[in-house]
Amino acid sequence: MVIGLETHVELSTRTKIFCSCPTDFGGEPNSHCCPVCVGLPGTLPVLNAVVVEYAVKAGLALGCRISEVSKMDRKNYVYPDLPKAYQISQFDMPLCLSGLVELSDGAAIRINRIHIEEDAGKLVHQNGDYYIDYNRGGVPLIEIVTEPDFRSAEQVREYLEKLRLIMRALGVSDCKMQEGSMRCDVNISVRRVGDERLGTRAEIKNMNSIAFIMKALEYERSRQVEAARAGEPIAQETRRYIESTGETEPMRGKEDSDDYRYFNEPDIPYILLTKEYIEELRAGLPELPDAKLARYVSEYGLAAKDAAIIIRYPGLSAYFEEMARISGAAVRSANAVITSIFRRIPDEDGRERAEGLPPAGYLAEAIKLADGGGIPAASYKGVLDRILETGRPFGELYSPEDFAGIPADKLARIAAEAVAANASAADGVLAGREKAIKSLVGAVMRATGGKADPELAVAELRKQIEIYGGRKE
Amino acid sequence: MPPRIAEIHEKLKKRELSAVEIAKAYIGAVERLNPELGAYITLTPDAALAGAAEADKLIALGGDIPPLCGVPMTVKDNISTKGVLTTCGSNILNNYYPAFDAEAVTRLNAAGAVLLGKTNLDEFAMGSTCETSFYGTAKNPHDTGRVPGGSSGGGAAAVAAGIAAYAIGSDTGGSIRVPASFCGVFGLKPTYGAVSRYGLIAYASSFDQIGVIAESAEDAACVFDAISGHDPKDMTSDPFPRGKTLPGISDGVCGLRIGVLTNLFEGLNPVIADKIGAALGIYESLGASVEPVSIEQFDMCLPVYYILACAEASSNLARFDGVRYGYRAPEYRGADEMIRKTRSEGFGREVKRRIMLGNYVLSSGYFDAYYKKAQLTRGAMRRSFSAAFEKADVIVCPTVAVLAPKLGDMMNADPVEMYLTDMCTVSVNICGLPAVSVPVGADRRLPIGMQLIGAKFSEGLLLRAARAFELAGGVVLRPAVGGDPLAV
Ligand SMILES: [Zn+2]
Repeated sequence: MVIGLETHVELSTRTKIFCSCPTDFGGEPNSHCCPVCVGLPGTLPVLNAVVVEYAVKAGLALGCRISEVSKMDRKNYVYPDLPKAYQISQFDMPLCLSGLVELSDGAAIRINRIHIEEDAGKLVHQNGDYYIDYNRGGVPLIEIVTEPDFRSAEQVREYLEKLRLIMRALGVSDCKMQEGSMRCDVNISVRRVGDERLGTRAEIKNMNSIAFIMKALEYERSRQVEAARAGEPIAQETRRYIESTGETEPMRGKEDSDDYRYFNEPDIPYILLTKEYIEELRAGLPELPDAKLARYVSEYGLAAKDAAIIIRYPGLSAYFEEMARISGAAVRSANAVITSIFRRIPDEDGRERAEGLPPAGYLAEAIKLADGGGIPAASYKGVLDRILETGRPFGELYSPEDFAGIPADKLARIAAEAVAANASAADGVLAGREKAIKSLVGAVMRATGGKADPELAVAELRKQIEIYGGRKE
Repeated sequence: MPPRIAEIHEKLKKRELSAVEIAKAYIGAVERLNPELGAYITLTPDAALAGAAEADKLIALGGDIPPLCGVPMTVKDNISTKGVLTTCGSNILNNYYPAFDAEAVTRLNAAGAVLLGKTNLDEFAMGSTCETSFYGTAKNPHDTGRVPGGSSGGGAAAVAAGIAAYAIGSDTGGSIRVPASFCGVFGLKPTYGAVSRYGLIAYASSFDQIGVIAESAEDAACVFDAISGHDPKDMTSDPFPRGKTLPGISDGVCGLRIGVLTNLFEGLNPVIADKIGAALGIYESLGASVEPVSIEQFDMCLPVYYILACAEASSNLARFDGVRYGYRAPEYRGADEMIRKTRSEGFGREVKRRIMLGNYVLSSGYFDAYYKKAQLTRGAMRRSFSAAFEKADVIVCPTVAVLAPKLGDMMNADPVEMYLTDMCTVSVNICGLPAVSVPVGADRRLPIGMQLIGAKFSEGLLLRAARAFELAGGVVLRPAVGGDPLAV
């Protein structure tokens, strides 16, 4: 299986690519529009400099060569969601060329090019009629085109997840596939093992979920392999993925072939970038996911698997680093993120927003104490949860004596009282029903306000049950 | 005869007439003469009177009055005017009322201009005679049996007949200069980028430029100074500050190096050659030097122009589909048929021809042979003109090699005949240069124009040279139809 990807990433600039309308997702239909982005006669595009900046950053992060001279072109085609009947894109002189993305299995995915272009509006089918919402029209996109370097669906998944992380680290896109801010056209062909020549490819258009891409690739692979085995020709065609069946089908044949009659956009002068501008952006690039992962392993001593999980969420990564710095206990801080915080924020969206957390110092204080043995293992989890829940500092919720434990004589007295108060439980334990001890432990914990070490409590209870048993005999 | 704008300005300043009285005189003249001339597609008397009343208020306050304040004018109907029908001379925009003003119009409004109406043009500015307009052809005031030239024919006819003090036009291949020449008035096509194109409904974006048709160089300078200058809404607009052209307009031509474009004088109509020859003699007598210059590959300018302009037009005009605005075919089944019928019924023959030609030269398989080659030739021509401007400050040639044709002659001829009308003017647009057309006389009442071409942003120099000729040897050509609405 040979796969190439064309990924459209919506840039998170405040305004559109050629006018000053907002790019916000949603909003009343046609409320984020002006004469320019609905292409009224006589209007002219004014290229948003931030779009160029974001695209250059993306190119630099993917190891591309940045063109000092590039230009915009018109891609001419007629469709109701394209009000000028041409899309302003880049054809033969794109902003970024030839980059590289390395995958964990050592595969190197070559980036052919990255270019900037405008998004189209949206056709809405309602009550048997078509309506057009131009809010999305003119939202800036970059299109990242790879060489056909993928050999498995898993590689595609990793690449897309990595791309998303990189774009988010750069702050140039939120890459939310469900909102359409990251979309893929997938080219796939099959060939015999050892065959050098590429097979005829099918293109699956407009995929907006990694899960669907996985399914579509599996379906296409078996479809194409079967066809090849049966000696049937594979058509070079554009296909659509059907969510309900997990299959793909040919898109209704466009009679006019794709002749976009590209030519240079006369309304926009060539884009000229100085070396200084490019180098300034390169110097200002934030730490990228690969580097961050390596640092988490080498500097913090995290397991690569744990590091990889944390760096998926830039907000939580920063939070982790802050906890590690204050507590001086990086591994314990990482675990706090992966266990306590993840449990508190179960959904992906929430983890990405990383909102509603107490200052990192609150947790760090508990982590530091626990790392020095100051909090018994059994209480630790509860302590973290309580800080997260109340949002109050450790020092307000607990005092050091809370973890000094219960003096042995006091614990013995409380355990004896618990046994006396619940003789049937003690009888149960004596009769070999081990579970019966749980209610006794509960009673001890209640009586000590949760300060008793459960292991010690169990030991003391066993002692008291034996005493109770001896007395009975 | 004093420059028109200055004359009206004086009357207003001296309170001889109010702006409203002037507007009424012009509105009356337009209503009387337009049925015969067809210069206007839409009249805007209410807007004119309101504008004039505003101007009168300003004048009543005392103090400085801007030179264009209270002066009645017209705007070509492919330039957006907020809330005023803007048709491009096409059926497909027969109900299009723009939501915004073109930048040039905004600047004129700020200067107190009084809008009389929207003037006729070849459909989408595609033509050299004004006959491809869906709203009927405009006529030449010097001979109403002849065309006024195109595409800004309505504006030129209006100025020549005295029913507008000046006209705002657009020039893509000669659309200001050709009608100025045929109608015996002054035309200025500015440097590409000198005047914002925002609001000009595009024909060929890399050639289009808004300019002025007026009675004299001084009038044109006055208007150019008001509408030119950087506009952030147009990325091709010149960002550098340039001086005003009016202050130095009387500085003369002593020491000016005039290059005569030999490419255009071979086999030229002898009357036209004589008139231009006489003008050159006047320039020499004023202290200018005259030398021949030639431009390499000049004969390629028509093919280059028609390939590139049609390519851009095919894309620019693709948006007119009846979906959001403009004409929509009354009967159709489904969106595809609606678009097809709307465009079939909405566009005229010449527009369709250029759209087809443009799509053809951009198609894969033909792109390299036509579009790309034309682009390369365009670059070569630019370099050739730059070299010529090393030797000459101003290049002189005829504006048009023929006199105004009779109505219908061009429409019945091979389209290439009409394309030849632009032979002397298109190279200016190919190279983004400024040029003016100055009346130099007439042949049996039919006006003849001389074209002065300058290096980029040399409008001041061109207007100065034109002004020097007007003072020393200028001719006033009285139209057969029209006159001065303010004459008692
Ligand atoms: Zn907009």
